[in-house]
Amino acid sequence: MTHLLEVKDLEVKFALRFGELTAINGVSLTLDKGERLGLVGESGAGKSVTGFAIINLISKPGYISDGCVLFEGVELNRLSAEKMRNIRGNRISMIFQDPMMTLNPVLTIGTQMVETLQAHQNISKKAAEEVALEKLQKVQMPSPGKRLKQYPHEFSGGMRQRIVIAIALLTNPALIIADEPSTALDVTIQAEIMDLLLELCESEEMGLILITHDLAVVSQVTEKILVMYAGKIVESGLTQDIISDPKHPYTQGLIKALPGSLQPGTRLNQIPGMMPTLTDIPPGCAFHPRCNICSSVCRIEVPSLTSLDDHGRMTACHIVEKEIKEAKAKSE
Amino acid sequence: MNNNRLLTLKNLVKHFDISGGLLDQLSLEKGRVIRRRTTVKAVNDISLTIYPGETFSIVGESGCGKSTLARTTIGLYPPDRGEIYYRNDRIDTLTPQQLLPYRARMQMIFQDPYASLNPRKTVRQTLEEPVIFHNPSISTKEVKNKVAGVMEQVGVDPQWVDRYPHEFSGGQRQRISIARALMVDPEFIIADEPVSALDVSIQAQILNLLMEAQQKRGLTYMFITHDLSVVQHISTRVAVMYLGTLCELASARELFESPCHPYTQALLSAIPNLGQHKKKHVKLKGEVPTPIKLPSGCVFHGRCLYADERCIREIPRLSRLDSGTFVACHGTEEGRL
Repeated sequence: MTHLLEVKDLEVKFALRFGELTAINGVSLTLDKGERLGLVGESGAGKSVTGFAIINLISKPGYISDGCVLFEGVELNRLSAEKMRNIRGNRISMIFQDPMMTLNPVLTIGTQMVETLQAHQNISKKAAEEVALEKLQKVQMPSPGKRLKQYPHEFSGGMRQRIVIAIALLTNPALIIADEPSTALDVTIQAEIMDLLLELCESEEMGLILITHDLAVVSQVTEKILVMYAGKIVESGLTQDIISDPKHPYTQGLIKALPGSLQPGTRLNQIPGMMPTLTDIPPGCAFHPRCNICSSVCRIEVPSLTSLDDHGRMTACHIVEKEIKEAKAKSE
Repeated sequence: MNNNRLLTLKNLVKHFDISGGLLDQLSLEKGRVIRRRTTVKAVNDISLTIYPGETFSIVGESGCGKSTLARTTIGLYPPDRGEIYYRNDRIDTLTPQQLLPYRARMQMIFQDPYASLNPRKTVRQTLEEPVIFHNPSISTKEVKNKVAGVMEQVGVDPQWVDRYPHEFSGGQRQRISIARALMVDPEFIIADEPVSALDVSIQAQILNLLMEAQQKRGLTYMFITHDLSVVQHISTRVAVMYLGTLCELASARELFESPCHPYTQALLSAIPNLGQHKKKHVKLKGEVPTPIKLPSGCVFHGRCLYADERCIREIPRLSRLDSGTFVACHGTEEGRL
């Protein structure tokens, strides 16, 4: 069976004056119909670039230097621009962080929704408006008929994000890529938007890639998680496995750094230092200068993603790998 | 007055006139020209007391007036009504000259470390300025030592003293902002969303730094944030704000264990918790109304699940419950909730 989306060894580079930067280095992932995947990491980890690369939106000086993206069996990064447009915004939709930036401030919501539909389907204006109305109802927009004639500035942040989601749903996509959809929103609104996305994914059987830095949000919405650090996947697996038993020291650090798991007032577990910039990624494991269990091999050799079990649990850490090998040898 | 109070706000009100020029204020109604002023009612009748050594957090969603409250407290905005006391001295009526000694004791840390540091000043210039300003007789050597000492304390290498803000990452810039606040040895620091712009791992570093500085220097914090898990971790007491008014004030433990006000309950239930799959949260009706036209009675009544006729008519007062929690809600007062 082909997967809905399969990304194999994706590599994205940016050609700059002083040389090339590797923003994404060998990212692989699979997503099936109706599955929800979280892409987690801090700023600069390459999560958004991965999202853009999937829908072939990397603009110059960046380019996909290696690997491939298969969507419903079609290799996206070899498609012509025109064929790509048939898929992007149609079969795959994207939701961005800031709803004010994604909506055109001088066009009404209705115009923007009709425009999107007509770009992808041969549909009359009247029929398109009906579809728009139906989608606004689906995102629980109060009095949708009236809303179609309003401009983006007449809506609050949460309502705007609902409109963006409604626009993403217009063409009944098979996959939605949501890039920090709730980061700009308040907690109460965030909870509503996340509930809505979850419901929609379940009722419409859509695949979802949720890009976020918020582990708590991801843990409530997704089934699988990929943790990224400095352009690479450092850990992947089922959400509950990763949250309850993180293996990679970076994932462990991220989870422990969250206040809430500790007695109030006590010192938080911090990861020392900060994420390296792409210009000077350390040799060996990129995380080693911040790692508390790093050994000599970590400074020289780049760890590769290794399978830990049969449920797709993988991690890229020399120390974890060694421990598992030892445990295996013991049991044998 | 009780000597054990560091800061007291009494019935503080801050409104902003956004009506613009005369022509903007004029409108035509029923054939007559009417002049109307538009005011944003950011902070309405807030009273609270902050005690020495505590971390007093103010939480609320965007637009609830928490930052305005912080800025009014420290004197960046003059209050429209109400009184502000620092220890036993009333400070809102003082002239800028008279206010100077208080300014050295109260400092502020801002949200965005990219915007709050002057890009054309080196770290040295940024850090030296407040000390020399508040203490003109200090010797150059003393200033130098002090800068190095404070930089060390906030975890920025003193060798980098001649660098500019753009050479630092977000986390380090926030450390420098904290250093600037600490330079004048304040007693009281207002931190307005100090970790909101930072990544999780950096956020933990900065929170640890703030907690350490508090222990070492006996600081008192007024901590403004929308991140409830941060609040739970660092606060002694928490005040919940909605549309410019206080709805609940309680010790952090009490608030997170048994929230009383319906808004607090909704807010707390919306926090995403790690690993708890699909928790049911309290859904609020509608949206936050505009602070230009405040709702009558309880400002929360339009979204409250338990509002009745009295809530629409009468403004609830903050009253003390047996648990020590202060809550402004007719429902809890009447025992309906």
